[in-house]
Amino acid sequence: MGIRVLKSGMLTTVQDLGRYGYQSQGFGVSGVMDVRSFKIANLLLDNPENEAVLEFTLVGPTLQFTSETIISITGGDFQPLINGEPAPMYTAVYMSRGDILEFQGARTGSRGYIAFSSYLDIPVVMGSRSTNIKCGIGGFKGRQLMDNDYLGFRIKRRYLPFFLSRHLEPDMFDQEEVTLRVVMGPQDDCFTRQGKETFLNNPYTVTNEFDRMGCRMEGPFIAHKTTADIISDGIAFGAVQVPSHGKPIVLLSDRQTTGGYAKIATVASVDIPKLVQRKTEHKIRFREISVEEAQELMIEETKELNRLRTQIHQPCKEVLDCRLVAKRIAKLFD
Amino acid sequence: MDEIKILTEGDSSVLIEFGKEISPQINGRITTLVRMIKGQQIEGVTDLIPAFCSLLINYDPRVIRFEALKRRLEDLLKLDVESTRSDIRIFEIPVCYGGTYGPDLENIARHGGLTEKEVIQIHASRDYLIYMLGFLPGFSYLGGLDERIHTPRLANPRIRIPAGSVGIGGSQTGIYPLDSPGGWQLLGMTPVKTYDPHREEPILFEAGDYIRFVPVSEKEYKEIKKQVDAGSYQCIVHRKEV
Repeated sequence: MGIRVLKSGMLTTVQDLGRYGYQSQGFGVSGVMDVRSFKIANLLLDNPENEAVLEFTLVGPTLQFTSETIISITGGDFQPLINGEPAPMYTAVYMSRGDILEFQGARTGSRGYIAFSSYLDIPVVMGSRSTNIKCGIGGFKGRQLMDNDYLGFRIKRRYLPFFLSRHLEPDMFDQEEVTLRVVMGPQDDCFTRQGKETFLNNPYTVTNEFDRMGCRMEGPFIAHKTTADIISDGIAFGAVQVPSHGKPIVLLSDRQTTGGYAKIATVASVDIPKLVQRKTEHKIRFREISVEEAQELMIEETKELNRLRTQIHQPCKEVLDCRLVAKRIAKLFD
Repeated sequence: MDEIKILTEGDSSVLIEFGKEISPQINGRITTLVRMIKGQQIEGVTDLIPAFCSLLINYDPRVIRFEALKRRLEDLLKLDVESTRSDIRIFEIPVCYGGTYGPDLENIARHGGLTEKEVIQIHASRDYLIYMLGFLPGFSYLGGLDERIHTPRLANPRIRIPAGSVGIGGSQTGIYPLDSPGGWQLLGMTPVKTYDPHREEPILFEAGDYIRFVPVSEKEYKEIKKQVDAGSYQCIVHRKEV
């Protein structure tokens, strides 16, 4: 009862919202990079908000299902195939025993998520199922998945009401330039006025040094008043460090708990998914907003997700299209 | 003490800066504030990261907004308690110095113009305050290393330093909690596991605690190691009223 990993894909790990409560002891948070895609994947299956999923980067895994379950796939457009046939994303999809899920490549975006209605059988370590690769804890044996790994499920198949309605519009990650809203601080006073203006008025390019720890960017030099070094302090998800080379680094899920470079700003939580779904050479602009605005955006997004939840709990309007219905439910009667 | 600043670090964290100076007094205020915040159980606060002279607080703005949290924190800071902590904890860490346990002890001695015995005596002669933990799980940033044994980092960092190694890097000393690359000069090794993911409390100590290094012979080291491996070793902890 579970999945066999036929091919691991790239940096495929078990993640949830992360391990909070242990940063003071030096344990990083880990957790999913794209929180929005993660939440939508679980929402489509009525999973608890923080249920663990598989996250992969640029190359999706190939998985064989050893029991029936329902899954959802979100994030970048990885063109999934089930037994060689194109499968929909942002949709609850029924998987039979023996089915093989694979991916063709990232048409848009760079991170994908797979949620399971049978819940991955991964032990909770210090309050979370997230994989912390650096410490070798959490997730599947504290590491990324490898070929031939076997992950079990915690429960058998679950009944999902309104199965046909469980489809949402995919988020598009097809832009090559995006604007990230940022809240300035906490160390913006370490930068010259010119430095701050440079940061807010120029495009920065995503380099290939872009992983779960952070995203380094290339672009115009951001000037410090005196030094880039500060006495080490805690680092938040999305904090933008600028070392003495004058180029921004956005710190992400696998960031260290503390660091010693001045942070000019922090990316608004709702805009972090836009960044983590970018690819090398994409352009990033930064726009300043207030902390109140950034928090309002988070509250709006929560309301939007609640609306989406209501939407997939309505009888399906497409039910009059017999072909579509037949296609979607055929497997239920296998 | 400089003015305390409450700064935004994005929409889900605030950073409290207690001036820009590393001192036991400032660090003590942070330890106290951490205790007060934990005691208040402020709803929405998800994690606390104390550092040398700052405290980062993660929170969920859907539960508590920035302005409301800031007011709560200002109220706590107004109490201006120098240190509400009535006792401190001192952890005894047995260390086997020199030889294969501390391959750089000779270096450290030569650099300081001291004998190896003197280095050990100096290193083990005082209690070190844990200013913060970070970098690796349980890695403690300790303050107060005697200037006579300050030693620069190795020009060529080692690829693998075994867990339990005790080293000196510049003006700092510390224990490697797990196997890791590193450039500190190694003067000894402890059999105690400062980090054990399978233990109820994976990390032995927290910021604000003290560490006391106690020299032990190779025979004692092996004896303690046996107990540690069997899970029967209890670290000696002194409590001191302040």
